[in-house]
Amino acid sequence: MLYSEKVMDHFTNPRNVGEIEDADGVGEVGNAKCGDIMKIYLKIDDGVVTDAKFNTFGCGAAIATSSMATEMIKGKTIDEALQLTNKAVAEALDGLPPVKMHCSVLAEEGVRMAMLDYYTRRGEVMPEEYRPKCDGECSECG
Amino acid sequence: MNVYADNAATTKVSQTAIDAMLPCFSETYGNPSSPHHIGQEAAKLLMDARKTIADLIGAEPSEIIFTSGGSEADNQALITAAVLGSRKGKKHIISTKFEHHAILHALNKLEKEGYEVTLLDVHENGIVRLEDLEAAIRPDTALVTIMYANNEIGTIQPIKEIGALCKEKGIIFHTDAVQAAGHLPINVKEQNIDMLSLSAHKFHGPKGVGVFYCRRGLPITSLIEGGAQERGKRAGTENVPAIVGMAAALKEACENMAVNMPKVQALRDKLIDGLLKLDEVILNGDREKRLPGNVNVSIKGIEGESLLLMLDHVGICGSSGSACTSGSLDPSHVLLAIGLIHEVAHGSLRLSLSEYNTEEEIDFILEKLPPVVDRLRSMSPVWKRMKEGK
Repeated sequence: MLYSEKVMDHFTNPRNVGEIEDADGVGEVGNAKCGDIMKIYLKIDDGVVTDAKFNTFGCGAAIATSSMATEMIKGKTIDEALQLTNKAVAEALDGLPPVKMHCSVLAEEGVRMAMLDYYTRRGEVMPEEYRPKCDGECSECG
Repeated sequence: MNVYADNAATTKVSQTAIDAMLPCFSETYGNPSSPHHIGQEAAKLLMDARKTIADLIGAEPSEIIFTSGGSEADNQALITAAVLGSRKGKKHIISTKFEHHAILHALNKLEKEGYEVTLLDVHENGIVRLEDLEAAIRPDTALVTIMYANNEIGTIQPIKEIGALCKEKGIIFHTDAVQAAGHLPINVKEQNIDMLSLSAHKFHGPKGVGVFYCRRGLPITSLIEGGAQERGKRAGTENVPAIVGMAAALKEACENMAVNMPKVQALRDKLIDGLLKLDEVILNGDREKRLPGNVNVSIKGIEGESLLLMLDHVGICGSSGSACTSGSLDPSHVLLAIGLIHEVAHGSLRLSLSEYNTEEEIDFILEKLPPVVDRLRSMSPVWKRMKEGK
């Protein structure tokens, strides 16, 4: 089997699909050329992620990691959410095939990209170590 | 309901082939090289299978080499032709951009060994143009290798005309007929084919067995050294059960071709018509000059692997040319070769039919597929942008 049961569960019943109209931060990573685009929407109240949603164009793993990453940051403080790593997302899904690890990187980067937008909107500076590195060149994390 | 629509990947083994194979495991299990009667019974089966296959493609039995499948046959054909060419100082090979990797990767290897390779365009419709081929031919061209029909988009190439041109210019012509054998008529003499590859499991035969046809007068280079099997051109004890199964399957496929071709084609056309009614769906490859069972569409705004998984979830087995199914970041080289942009290539879906499919199954696909597409599109930022006209 290509994917774990958990990946299949998050792929066939993805959590948090959609957009947030009045989002406090929106981030898009990946590019359609490589076959994966992830757009993350965050609602942040008093430093806590009160809602997270996503739209994803991509393979089963891309959809499952979007679903899992948004689940994992909901209810977390900004600091906690920024510490979400691709490894944690992959582990929470009971692992990903090696060729699909870049999908978990995309999820981590997507959350950080949305956070960057949040900081920018508030005129604040995002801590350097959490700044997303995604430049749309998918080969970087392939 | 479960619908198997991935016959270009592999096919179900026919009962006829199974029936032909089974006694080879328990009764005629001898080694064809053994002089005793059990060995000679196997040798007789081997001889009969060779004759059957030769007759079905218009060749002589001595021109048939049994291999482990299409990839081995392709490799042996290319290396044989390359060796023959280099003896005459000819080290240029012409092929196309959308060949199977068994050809393209073997050509890469030859390039590293000093051969020059020209890959012809296959244009938007997925068909090679004779004038392009003619323009690419050089005095040092040793080989032209062009597939009979493409494995992803099913487009059929003008094989006979290509063969005639090569014959006129004194160039060896090889065709990878893995997708065509058993589905389209083949006559190597009439179609001017010097070398041909075919694989049993694409026409309801077993896996792991194929044929390398090589016209008499072209000395073959052996890839596997050892015993004197296959006239010393392919060592290793013959896979008698598989070879017998292949001959039975090809015979059955060719005998039923006149009935199956229009039947499968009608299913294909119904499926294509139904899919093209959906919003933003395009057909990949020429509509007319395509394999009877091949349907290949791009469904814009979604990615192929997620589509395949969702379809599998509702009982439909298909295939895609998306990066995620190719194990790399690039989508299928075939779809890029016919000019699709990456986004559209990632959303390709291949449904390949056989005579075992039914009209009910086509209705089932056309009923189950649209909601799956809608669902994936509803979560796709690419689709949303397309619809907003950005």
